[in-house]
Amino acid sequence: MYDNPDGVMIGLEVHVQLNKLKTKVFCGCVTDYHNDPPNSHVCPVCLGLPGSMPVINKKAVEAAIKIGLALNCKVEEHTQFYRKNYYYPDLPKGFQITQYDFPISSGGYVMIEGEDGELRVGITRAHMEEDPGRLVHEGTIDKSKYTLIDYNRSGMALIEIVSDPDMRSPKEARRYLDKLRNIVGYLDVFDGNLEGAMRVDANISIMGGQRAEIKNISSFKGAERALLFEIVRQKNVLRRGGVVVQETRHFDEAREITLSMRTKEEAHDYRYFPEPDLVPLKISGWAPAIKETLPELPDARRMRFVEQYGIKDDHAKALTSELKLAIFYEDVAKKADPKTAAVWVCDVLKGELNYRDLTVEAFKKEHMLSVLELLAGRKITEDGAVDIIRTLLDKGGSPEEIIKEKGLVIVAGDIVETAALEAIVENPQAAADYQAGKVKALNSLVGVVMKKTKGGADARKVREVLIAILSDGFYPPIEREKIEKTIIKIGDVMVEVSKPIANLLKKMGYV
Amino acid sequence: MITRKDLTHIGWLSRLELSEKDIEKYTPKLNSVLDYFTELDDVDTEGVPPTYHVLPLSNVFREDEVSAQGGSLTQEEALSNAPKTQDGFFKAPRMM
Repeated sequence: MYDNPDGVMIGLEVHVQLNKLKTKVFCGCVTDYHNDPPNSHVCPVCLGLPGSMPVINKKAVEAAIKIGLALNCKVEEHTQFYRKNYYYPDLPKGFQITQYDFPISSGGYVMIEGEDGELRVGITRAHMEEDPGRLVHEGTIDKSKYTLIDYNRSGMALIEIVSDPDMRSPKEARRYLDKLRNIVGYLDVFDGNLEGAMRVDANISIMGGQRAEIKNISSFKGAERALLFEIVRQKNVLRRGGVVVQETRHFDEAREITLSMRTKEEAHDYRYFPEPDLVPLKISGWAPAIKETLPELPDARRMRFVEQYGIKDDHAKALTSELKLAIFYEDVAKKADPKTAAVWVCDVLKGELNYRDLTVEAFKKEHMLSVLELLAGRKITEDGAVDIIRTLLDKGGSPEEIIKEKGLVIVAGDIVETAALEAIVENPQAAADYQAGKVKALNSLVGVVMKKTKGGADARKVREVLIAILSDGFYPPIEREKIEKTIIKIGDVMVEVSKPIANLLKKMGYV
Repeated sequence: MITRKDLTHIGWLSRLELSEKDIEKYTPKLNSVLDYFTELDDVDTEGVPPTYHVLPLSNVFREDEVSAQGGSLTQEEALSNAPKTQDGFFKAPRMM
């Protein structure tokens, strides 16, 4: 049981940008502006020029419903828009079109891994609004003389997801954010890799104080840092006998601190009123129809993976963290051993992808299948398989080419066996020591075999062969009880082996 | 009842700098507007559903399609009314 000693309460407001739509929410400007010059994707509507009229994008409404459903919210049958009035240069109209009463969805929840097991984080509401423009400050926000504005982002469709203050630590907040990205990522409504795709404001209070709202958080890691700082700051204020006041604070990412924004500016009085230029939406019947089209969501998929493929829950969790990865795994698991596939996709491939900052699209399913097949057939070693995966990611090619080029093909069993016999014959003392109980003596023999096979042998298999010869006196280790053993003399040392091995050694001219 | 303090606050929200003379002049004016709204209190609204929107329409949508002429103005057109620009950006006084 997590007792939350400081009485930390964290609620998050997450803005998800629907950047997979073709156009903005209220006008036909394209959403693909990320690499273009400022103010090159704007029109009278998203610039707020007089006389322009917004018309809502139907796909944006459908995406909002998808998100609401995926967050277990109730989707309303009547929803409408409001004007939120404030003067700030990121808003060309002097107001933002958003929702107030009658948000499109509310009253949901998300399950996360809390400090002490599963934690249910309530979703107060998930509503639609338009993105403001992007401000660029010369130098830091508190020092620059003026503000530069790019309205390309202005009018992009946003879904604001407001959580209940259910999180009790920065770690839980981080996990909530990861989970949210995970769920929304499944819905194919946004590309989380684009700049500004998900933005966070955090509300945090501790016992005995009021809450602070932290703005300007630019990453999930930043959210965690800002919250950690804020807990320490608020505790210090209280410890010194001060009062934690309700205020908006600005996160300074470089310095990892939060700064109070002057009180005058936060005297928010938004004077919400119904947006007269947009008519209400009556969308009864939409939600049930859209629900049919939702993909299997992460939690459900994770449980199914464990059940259907018998893989570890940790693996299932990691594999379902991204829809594309989950699909990749499932396609592979259908044609290979699912457990081995889980290990290689999750523990190896995912790590190598993360290291290179790549997504699973950078790796071909067929290549993973060949690697697994080669491993299963003991044609390559595990080290060789890792080498192949890395080379495929770095240089491309095919597993077969890489094996040829790098000589990764495993040395066939009988060659290992011969090398093992040679090693024993050449180092009878080590063999005898091992048989006398000095387990470590085996290592030197393994080393000799590896040298003889030029590293092409699988070290695990070499050990297996050596142990089989030295303990059972026979390889492969079959029908043990029938094996007649004999003592042979190699040089001055007596070694006990099976008759077939002794015969083999005689034939090879060693004894 | 709108006080001088309310008026100053409303002025601030609209980024209007009000002189002493303005405050003297507008406080009673706004109060008389507000008084006029009290007329509505006399209307019997028993059993009438609240009006959330004045238009009798709903569900006006556009498809997710880029509007003609690429949807957008050129950067030059977009900036043509701006008093100050820099490197393709609108330029505004700093606000925090």
